Amino acid sequence: MPYIVLSLIKTLIVVLVLMHTLAYLQWVERKVIAHVQLRVGPRRVGPHGLLQPLADVIKLVTKEGMIPSHVNTPFYFLAPFIAVLFALIPMCLIPYGGDINLFGIHTTMQVTDVSIGVLLVLGLSGMGVYGVALAGWASNNKYSLMGGLRSSAQMISYELPMALAIAAPLLMLNTLSFRHMVDAQTGFYFGFLPKWAIFQGPFPQIFSFILFSIAGFAETNRVPFDLPEAENELVAGFHTEYSSMSFAAFFMAEYANMVTVSCVATLLFLGGWQPLWPAEYGSSFLPSLIFLASAVICFLHAARPARPFDRITLPVFGVLFLIIAGVFLIPPVQQILIPLFWFGAKVGGILFVFIWVRATLPRFRYDQLMRFAWTFMFPAALINLFITGLLVAVS
Amino acid sequence: MSKHPLFEEHVATVPAEQEVPSTPSAPRRMTLNMGPQHPSTHGVLRIVLELEGETIISAEPDIGFLHTGIEKECEQKHWQQVVTLTDRVDYLSNLSNNLVYALTVEKLLQLEIPPKAQWSRVMMAELSRLNSHLVWLGTHALDIGAMSMFFYCFREREDILRILEMFSGQRMMTSYIRIGGLALDHPRGWQHALGKFIRAFPSKVDEYEDLLDSNPIWTRRTKGVGFISLADMLDQGVTGPMIRAAGVPLDCRKTEPYSSYDKFNFKVATRTENDVYARYRVRLQEMRESAKIITQALEGMPDGSWHADAPHVVLPDREKMKTQMEALIYHFKIVTEGFRVPAGEVYQCIESPRGEIGYYIVSDGTSKPYRVHMRTPSFGNLQALPTMLKGILLADSIAALGSMDFVLGDTDR
Repeated sequence: MPYIVLSLIKTLIVVLVLMHTLAYLQWVERKVIAHVQLRVGPRRVGPHGLLQPLADVIKLVTKEGMIPSHVNTPFYFLAPFIAVLFALIPMCLIPYGGDINLFGIHTTMQVTDVSIGVLLVLGLSGMGVYGVALAGWASNNKYSLMGGLRSSAQMISYELPMALAIAAPLLMLNTLSFRHMVDAQTGFYFGFLPKWAIFQGPFPQIFSFILFSIAGFAETNRVPFDLPEAENELVAGFHTEYSSMSFAAFFMAEYANMVTVSCVATLLFLGGWQPLWPAEYGSSFLPSLIFLASAVICFLHAARPARPFDRITLPVFGVLFLIIAGVFLIPPVQQILIPLFWFGAKVGGILFVFIWVRATLPRFRYDQLMRFAWTFMFPAALINLFITGLLVAVS
Repeated sequence: MSKHPLFEEHVATVPAEQEVPSTPSAPRRMTLNMGPQHPSTHGVLRIVLELEGETIISAEPDIGFLHTGIEKECEQKHWQQVVTLTDRVDYLSNLSNNLVYALTVEKLLQLEIPPKAQWSRVMMAELSRLNSHLVWLGTHALDIGAMSMFFYCFREREDILRILEMFSGQRMMTSYIRIGGLALDHPRGWQHALGKFIRAFPSKVDEYEDLLDSNPIWTRRTKGVGFISLADMLDQGVTGPMIRAAGVPLDCRKTEPYSSYDKFNFKVATRTENDVYARYRVRLQEMRESAKIITQALEGMPDGSWHADAPHVVLPDREKMKTQMEALIYHFKIVTEGFRVPAGEVYQCIESPRGEIGYYIVSDGTSKPYRVHMRTPSFGNLQALPTMLKGILLADSIAALGSMDFVLGDTDR
């Protein structure tokens, strides 16, 4: 198959899956936070509010785009584009699984494999700050301006510890390509402990992982580092003056950044799509087991339904789960799905922590945030890098 | 009787219009208009901030956006009808306002309130203190970014509102404390409902403390923030938890006991740091003390009548009204023209959740008040705002504002 057709197909799949992931990530976030806060979250649109993202999208698309009269129009329009553009491009650099051999075609589960993937992702996410800073400036609103300024300072400050935290595992894995990085984390110590970067010798990168996660929170402007949009001080920060789709673009950029950071963390530190324990101990049956258990739970609850409606919906979902469990056992499909499952599970775990933290922690103050970056994060990352370099050189 | 100065005609003198600087006084400064529509000003407070970077150079509060004219409206109502207006002054601690108004008018009427009514009043005032402090804690934590606290606090507040509804039939605007006693007798099963709540409550306060105090971000955001010297506080008429957090055990419940508060055993919570954190600790401690007071009131509730023996003030029983001529006449008189209150002027203060709330009432001997002036704690505490915000960061101003715990309805009346 010609390269261009294959790339187009892969791009289409990534775009479709990504857009749904972003929309449903928001649903998951609302649900998780709601349950932390003794609420139930969206419930009206579809069963358990499952169609809520769709309703949100329709609302945002059909809403009139207000353009305040005092804005700097070209930059006002440019800002959301920049934000969403630099948030989405990294997605095509990220591998989601291993190689595919299907119908005689050999390809990778990645839109494009760049040999300097890590650097490119770092650079692109660094460009994202322009979207926020420009939005703050072009809105011609004092609150937005302060949000934009805070955001630029914060993102530039945290880029440094983030890059240093990334450099340490790179020293060990000895590559800049995501695909080779995952290959370098293949295998197990003593037959059970995975050789992920956070466990790998000579210096397990657990500190680096923590530093990277903290910097990731700051880079994506999430709680407790959400100062640019600290709603209690700056109303809505840099996107105060935006409405309809231009607002949705910022929203999408934030979630896309979250997914990117989680993917990079998974690839760098958690071994990408490598399973948690070896396949000879049955790690490839885990997804089937999970879906089987879900199906059993569905059937058990269907036997004693809480609502009359459940008598129909629960068996339907039970059968659905059984089918998925079966699909995970078909050998040719299995080789594609199992890596995807492990990758998705790790990324999902990190995303859950993002959401969990949002429901738990208060917000830093601006100067405390900067002090934290320069007096703790930066030296810690530097020391970590130094020790890693020393140990790598010695061994 | 010589004429009281308030009875004379006064010519209003309008102060010269104060200019709010539209352009900053120095080129490096920015004037930021915060409010009246702002998520963290807790109502429609407008503050004109002059910023240098993120540091506040000067802050000027602009109040009056929620002016309701309640003080003036009181002059149009019968004495008993005013109770429903006092509910709406400080809409987070309605019963404290009911209580202070009832106490003030009873002072003029020289009514003797039976112990059961007094103890219930104490119980209700403390419940409304819990209610108010819970809303404060939730919104204050929300301001600093801890979203979930808000919902945990409102979970307990919901229980309180249910109890208030059980007593009075209303969740917020209860008007349960009336001149001459209470609006109704206690409902059936109130001990059970209240006891269940008050037994569980102290553990909930511990939970809040756990959630917030063990969080280094919370302590960093609150400790050493929003300091204001004690001398300034005393100058500006700051009362309540704010001044107690500065180490002054000023509490009307102890200094001028009313409604048999002297028969209850409780401590006045004080701290000395005088920052946002100290105010938070003082209020948490007050919640625990309030729970103790409510427990004492619950266990030692005296028997007897729930209203004063004053047929010319208190509406008669429904049954008596249907069977006795005299009761029917009283009922008709009270409902149609109210009751007369002897001429005079009186001031009474109590400790509301926000500080000293005092009503100054002038009566000219008719069935309507001549003048009702409210000395509200929110207004007094808000005076400290410009001093407090001077020189601190914009982000800290939110924490400092939240720690003042003002209600704009209470400020503007």
